[in-house]
Amino acid sequence: MGYNFKETMNKPERLAGGHRMCAGCGGTIAARNVLRGLHEGDRAVIGNATGCMEVSTFMYPYTAWEDSYIHNAFENAGATLSGVETAYRVLKKRGKIDETYKFITFGGDGGTYDIGLQSLSGAMERNHDMVYVCYDNGAYMNTGIQRSSATPMYANTTTTPVGSESNGKPQNRKDLAAIIAEHDVPYVAQTTFWKNFKDLHVKSEKAIYTEGAAFLNIMAPCPRGWQYPTADIMEICRLGVETNYWPLFEVEQGKWTLNYEPKKKLPIEDFLIKQGRFKHLFKKENEYLIGEFQKEVDRRWEDLVYRCSR
Amino acid sequence: MGKRDRLSGNEAVAIAMRQINPDVMPAFPITPSTEIPQYFSSFVANGQVDTEFIPVESEHSAMSAAIGAEAAGARTLTATSSCGMALMWEELYVAASNRLPIALALVNRALSGPININCDHSDSMGARDAGWIQIYAENNQEAYDNFIQAYPIAENAKVRLPIMICQDGFITSHAVENIELLEDKEVQAFVGDYTPEHYLLNQKETMAVGPYAVSNYYMEAKKQHAQAMTNAKQIVLEVAKKFAEISGREYGLFEEYRLEDAEYAMVIIGSAAGTAKDAVDALREKGVKAGLLKIRLFRPFPAEEIAQALSHAKVVAIMDRAESLSSQGGPLGSEVMAALYRARSQVLAVNYIYGLGGRDVRVDQVAEVFGQLEKDAAAGKIADAYRYLGLRE
Amino acid sequence: MDLHKLGETCGWQELTEGMQIYQGGTSAEFATGEWTAVKPEFIEADCTQCLLCVPVCPDSAIPVKDKKRGNFDYNHCKGCGICVNACHAGAIKMEGVK
Repeated sequence: MGYNFKETMNKPERLAGGHRMCAGCGGTIAARNVLRGLHEGDRAVIGNATGCMEVSTFMYPYTAWEDSYIHNAFENAGATLSGVETAYRVLKKRGKIDETYKFITFGGDGGTYDIGLQSLSGAMERNHDMVYVCYDNGAYMNTGIQRSSATPMYANTTTTPVGSESNGKPQNRKDLAAIIAEHDVPYVAQTTFWKNFKDLHVKSEKAIYTEGAAFLNIMAPCPRGWQYPTADIMEICRLGVETNYWPLFEVEQGKWTLNYEPKKKLPIEDFLIKQGRFKHLFKKENEYLIGEFQKEVDRRWEDLVYRCSR
Repeated sequence: MGKRDRLSGNEAVAIAMRQINPDVMPAFPITPSTEIPQYFSSFVANGQVDTEFIPVESEHSAMSAAIGAEAAGARTLTATSSCGMALMWEELYVAASNRLPIALALVNRALSGPININCDHSDSMGARDAGWIQIYAENNQEAYDNFIQAYPIAENAKVRLPIMICQDGFITSHAVENIELLEDKEVQAFVGDYTPEHYLLNQKETMAVGPYAVSNYYMEAKKQHAQAMTNAKQIVLEVAKKFAEISGREYGLFEEYRLEDAEYAMVIIGSAAGTAKDAVDALREKGVKAGLLKIRLFRPFPAEEIAQALSHAKVVAIMDRAESLSSQGGPLGSEVMAALYRARSQVLAVNYIYGLGGRDVRVDQVAEVFGQLEKDAAAGKIADAYRYLGLRE
Repeated sequence: MDLHKLGETCGWQELTEGMQIYQGGTSAEFATGEWTAVKPEFIEADCTQCLLCVPVCPDSAIPVKDKKRGNFDYNHCKGCGICVNACHAGAIKMEGVK
């Protein structure tokens, strides 16, 4: 699957403007660019877990989705789309439809890592021919920036507030892409907004056109929750990748591949300092926490490199 | 015409499902409804249906997948009991408010806790405000017949609501009884093809389901849903009439048993109606004017018709196989008493809680209730309108 | 379907059944461009048509036709400024960015 950037940008838009996501939202950047992975002429049914994206893209009577769309609830985007996908197989078998449909569902990290994990796990294990896309902004942003299991360590959130006895979230984020890869599904990838979006596009296309269950984990910064100026999103994502905080990798039929290795890895503080949620780490007495964060990033990176070397 | 067989209630409902040959069935096992997806899986495995069975990882996902499949344009059903239905709770509301005519075979079982696998109606009674049509059965034959009628009611353009076909856990689900089945072709002709007007996989249009609705829409959405529920009553009767034409078996909103001239009446739901009928017969032989009203349709609630049917009684016992823990009695008690009040009825009414967690109900116990009603009538008032039957002191 | 009949003053009989919508992309009728007074400015003469500003827009507000971008869709642009930083040619300017 090659990538012709201009051809890709020239494709018809499948997510209309006029949705109510905040200015500078990473979630809709993810959605728009994943949908570009669909081949022209193929139809899709889009699923969506409750969250910012759902309440903002389908406020009656305004839907931003050019394709058919279903929102059900917060914790069941996986199960809901597995029902839609199964209906497709039956209606096709019974000769009631002839066109090709693809099934893509979007959930935030709250709906994916946490409350919807069981439903997602079930859908992946049953290997429905669908793609689950997590737009991971590392907290429950829709309800006002509460911590999730995707929130990085030490982040200041409204349920892990920094205070005299607290330096933010005590635990590090869980590695959901690895957890889904351990389901032994045909395709899992982690990506973000990076350069000319080749990485995200190629992975989206692969995920959509790989038969069986696929999972995409996309780091999608939230300017409000991460506390940075909206215009800086591409720089934040670049630093996420260049510090090895957010490695780009994919797992195809169980084979792990590292898609990018920084020639000169940047220190984690370059990523952290851009975000208000880590402001407290830059106080003199908290500098050791940055060291702890760095150790954790390095440990996980080495583990990933090991997986990819096998 | 029909063929005779001996079947459990679960097998009878599974056969109804096979005869319907739906598009999709997501299900998760839970006692006592487990046999339904088991039987159905064997029909799939042996090519007796071409339905896609989804072995989901929970009841929440069963209803979630059912919503996805039904919205996509597939005729969808599932089965559950008790805590399985409790886990579906949120999704029951979503299915109904999205106007998706899913059919659910509910095998009634007590809700935890303490955990108990036997019959009462706390599961479906708890879901009575979820916006689903609810129909109850006394025996295997009714469970089968009601399931055959489910889609013609639910999919009717004036209704388009999900439907719950309830039967009593173990008492009818596992007891083998004589039953008369329809021919497969008769069922298929009766239920017909599913041709929804709007669905996600409609190649002719794009569709969006499940919006966020601001306050300016929410009440109007509820009123629209309520109107569909109101419409359902007439459709239930129309479908029952057509069903009688192919089966010879007649159904209404409820069954009146020796009620016409009854002075002492009992309102009951489900299998205990059979026991109550025996008690009524025995009392009638002694000259006591006892009668029974067995609810078939609980949602929508046929309040006016019930009040009318009870209008000649002196006193009525409303039997609840579910506690509402309101300190006032059970859900059926509240509904029937409200119906009587609205009709300005002068009938005295008392609410009994019975049969919770599979507690047996015997003919002599029902007769005792009627005996108490005679005393209440003689006293001309009800001192305690909230009683338990079969409780150890 | 006629969206204008589904406004917030419509009666309950006029709502679509189950609040379903039978058309895609209807949000285009909602003008989120009013959310901000600060807007990016497109300087077409300086644009190299590299299109790097296109994928970064969260609001699908940079129309592309025949592999060339046009002026901003100000009906929907919320003025986030991401495109300003994505442009290497200095063809997008906005108050407060760069």
